[in-house]
Amino acid sequence: MLNLPRMPLRLNRTEMSLREKLLQLNWSLIALLTAIACIGFATLYSAAGGSLEPWALKQIVRFVVGMTIMVAVAMVDLRFWVRHAYMFYVVAAVLLLLVEVKGTVGMGAQRWIDLGFIQLQPSEIMKITLILALARYFHGATLQEIGRPLFLIPPLVMVMLPAAMVMKQPDLGTAMMLVMSAGAVFFMAGVRLWKFALVLVSALSAIPLAWEFLREYQKKRVLIFLNPEDDPLGAGYHITQSKIALGSGGLFGKGYMSGTQSRLNFLPEKQTDFIFTMYAEEWGMMGGLVLLVLYAMLIAFGYAIALRCRSQFGRLMAHGITTTFFLYFFINIAMVMGLVPVVGVPLPLISYGGTAMLSLLFGWGLVMSAYIHRDMPISRRGMHDD
Amino acid sequence: MYHDNDRAKLFSRRAMMLAAGKATLITGLAARMYYLQVMEADKYAMQAEDNRITTRLLAPPRGLILDRNGVAMAINQQNYRVMVVAEQTPSLDYTLDALGKIIAIGEGDRARIHKEARRRRSFVPVSVRENLTWEEVARVEINAPDLPGIIIDVGQSRYYPMESLGAHILGYVAAVSESDLTDDPLEELPGFRIGKGGVEKVYDMALRGRAGTSSLEVNSVGRVHRELERKEGEPGIDLNLTLDIRLQQYAAQRLGDESAAVVVMDILTGDVIVMASTPSFDPNSFNRGLSNEEWKDLTSNPRSPLTNKVIAGQFAPGSTFKLLTALAALESRDITPDMRVLCTGHLQLGSIKFHCWKKEGHGSQDLISGIKNSCDVYFYEVARRVGFEKIAEMARRFGLGTQTGVDLPSERPGLIPDRAWKRKALKQPWHPGETLINAIGQGYVTATPLQLAVMTARIANGGYAVVPHVARDQVIEKSVHPRPSPEWPSLEVSRQSLALVRKGMFAVSNEPGGTAYKARITQEGMWLSGKTGSAQVRRITMRERETGVKKNEQLPWKERDHALFVAYAPEENPRYSIAVVVEHGGGGSAVAAPIARDIMLEVQKRDLARVSTEADGAPEPPPDFRRF
Repeated sequence: MLNLPRMPLRLNRTEMSLREKLLQLNWSLIALLTAIACIGFATLYSAAGGSLEPWALKQIVRFVVGMTIMVAVAMVDLRFWVRHAYMFYVVAAVLLLLVEVKGTVGMGAQRWIDLGFIQLQPSEIMKITLILALARYFHGATLQEIGRPLFLIPPLVMVMLPAAMVMKQPDLGTAMMLVMSAGAVFFMAGVRLWKFALVLVSALSAIPLAWEFLREYQKKRVLIFLNPEDDPLGAGYHITQSKIALGSGGLFGKGYMSGTQSRLNFLPEKQTDFIFTMYAEEWGMMGGLVLLVLYAMLIAFGYAIALRCRSQFGRLMAHGITTTFFLYFFINIAMVMGLVPVVGVPLPLISYGGTAMLSLLFGWGLVMSAYIHRDMPISRRGMHDD
Repeated sequence: MYHDNDRAKLFSRRAMMLAAGKATLITGLAARMYYLQVMEADKYAMQAEDNRITTRLLAPPRGLILDRNGVAMAINQQNYRVMVVAEQTPSLDYTLDALGKIIAIGEGDRARIHKEARRRRSFVPVSVRENLTWEEVARVEINAPDLPGIIIDVGQSRYYPMESLGAHILGYVAAVSESDLTDDPLEELPGFRIGKGGVEKVYDMALRGRAGTSSLEVNSVGRVHRELERKEGEPGIDLNLTLDIRLQQYAAQRLGDESAAVVVMDILTGDVIVMASTPSFDPNSFNRGLSNEEWKDLTSNPRSPLTNKVIAGQFAPGSTFKLLTALAALESRDITPDMRVLCTGHLQLGSIKFHCWKKEGHGSQDLISGIKNSCDVYFYEVARRVGFEKIAEMARRFGLGTQTGVDLPSERPGLIPDRAWKRKALKQPWHPGETLINAIGQGYVTATPLQLAVMTARIANGGYAVVPHVARDQVIEKSVHPRPSPEWPSLEVSRQSLALVRKGMFAVSNEPGGTAYKARITQEGMWLSGKTGSAQVRRITMRERETGVKKNEQLPWKERDHALFVAYAPEENPRYSIAVVVEHGGGGSAVAAPIARDIMLEVQKRDLARVSTEADGAPEPPPDFRRF
């Protein structure tokens, strides 16, 4: 079982030089991320009416910073993340708690911490660190251990704690994303399907109870989602206008910088959550499909890396982050097309926003680290295992 | 790592499951994109256009109303309004306080402004005050830097420079009420005014013009980005009347404070040259908005200034009606012009005594002297022989009893009674005495001054059914065309009968002893022929007759006789007819005839054929509306 001969010996070593790691960088992945980000820059440029200010330029700077961080993260030994996964989790949880205590209120919800140089959204950071912590937890677990219900209690607490805090902000979308991406880690770790079924059934039966805990505007959003035509000028306005803008784009779109609906402000939050609508209005269904294909390719890369990973931690972490990324763009695009309720989830790498961009690229840095260290065996504690 | 192989296998298996799930979801997104952007694209494209473009109506300027020579009677005046844009003010009250120091703003206005500002979006201007004077505009402009959010805006409002002169013919404009709504989109414009009386009402559609449109690109809150397309509307057509404003003014002055009506018309064309009803009103006051008190004054005034008495005043025609009685008798050959009747001051019919206006009687009368002296007994005898049915029929032929068809609203028909009418309306049979009373224009008979002028015109023009009008040109929908030269149908009355009646009318005005001899025209070629009338409005009792009938001057205003006079001129080749009614004015010969004489003299002196092409000093009418 040990040191399988089919693996290239070079990568199987305990230590790799920085040069070796740099040569291992997945350039296709970097190109894909850059392509998607460039679509974002162009769309933000158009959203500002053909100007780099106020969004596109900042976004480019963030992307460059993010790419640097990503490469730096990719260079870090995978075992470092195993060893410090819990610590990162705790830091993120503390930050999340801080938002409760002294957070800035923005967009009707407490989400940001102003650190002076950057406005931090701890919930975005938590999306990554939760995956890290869960991957760390299941990394050393045997299938027998995972089969024991009591063994599943600590990771469940790890999920529910931040989910509850985010929910209280209140940010329903992020809470759901945390639960769903954590669920994916549980599933990939080998938790039995019937346990998922059990949780799902109990969750469904708790819906009436949960309904009581929803804020008024959240209830409204769900109701409007169920029937947006009820109130086209009031609360259903966003989704109706989004569908009009998107649908009027047609097959080939109205042309770059010519999206009338977005330009005339019929479209709400066109630079953040509804940026896909604006993009699809200007580029049409063809543009939408191109973006969708790029995203799908990114997901495929994520899967390929996860499947090639030799360590369970690398597999779970790479897959978990890929799934988180998938949830981002799926929920966002489904939302602007009226398939799911309006929740505050940005379009990854495209929507204007710093924390999401940085934490997503941080996440892809981790995935890339898993790729570079794909053949490195890791002990239960994050030590070299031989 | 002994267990790692199992975990890796499980991971791969489950990864495939989740990957398949994700692929399905991504396909779902693509399908939704296809649905929205291809299948439903047309629907959304249409909604997007609706979203983006709003169409605003541009009010076309209302057509002017001019007199026959092009003198403006109704124009559009620039209406300076001061507006406030709430979002540009530090606070609405701050700006209104500042403005209040410069021009007066009432407390009521303030409340209204606040209410409107709350209701509208903050960048929509709210009117503070309208109809600013030049001085007020200047003061606001000078202080503009201290008045954040204040703008001055120019709109158009109707103005009648002649004020009360011709007001009844012009009518007025006012806001659209529920019952006025048609499908003209203009009516939805805020502040749009429509014609509510007179020619403003009759020719409203033509005067309005057609609305223009301005397609504006707006954003989601309605703020205008730019104008995409502008289609100018068509201004309303300018309308020339047949009135001559100078003669109109003269007539109004001549009537003075009397409650009276005068109308002069062209007996050949039907042009109404003068149509004055006194007292009048200032139609501008309707535009300004009347106070309750002003409105009360106008409506409760016994001399009814709001009524156009020329077409809506129904008076007993009195002795002017005798012309028709004479015509009916001549045409039916029930009398000959030479037949003589002895007037002893009264005529006995059964047990009832019918008095002549001259207590001592006129002696022996034939047709001409009967008309000349307006002898009641002569016409009692004539009527007795003819019967009222024939007289009624003749009256209707000459335009009484139905609307004349003049192009003005609210014209009343007057009344020509007959047996059938009395049976139906009063459920009583016709008494022989009523034939006598109605034959001298008393009793049930009523007529409007315009009907009397038309009657006179038809007598003077040789028996042709001329119809009066006040618009010089024919208005068909929204365009004007010169009137075709009139071909009035003949009334089938013999020339001889008409000539005899005209001879009687000539005697009235031009032979010594005629009832209007004192009010004759002496200028050569302008002689007038007429007929007086004094319509009694009270019943004279037997007792009063014994003690002596009271003179009009002794009676309260409301009980005095109406003074009437109808006439045509000039005697040779008659051209104009006139009817004058002075409500409770007293005698026709003493009050109405002199007025008619003065006006007819003025009309003939003015030589309308000349001024209509030279427009002496008045603004030139647009060339395409000129008639040659």
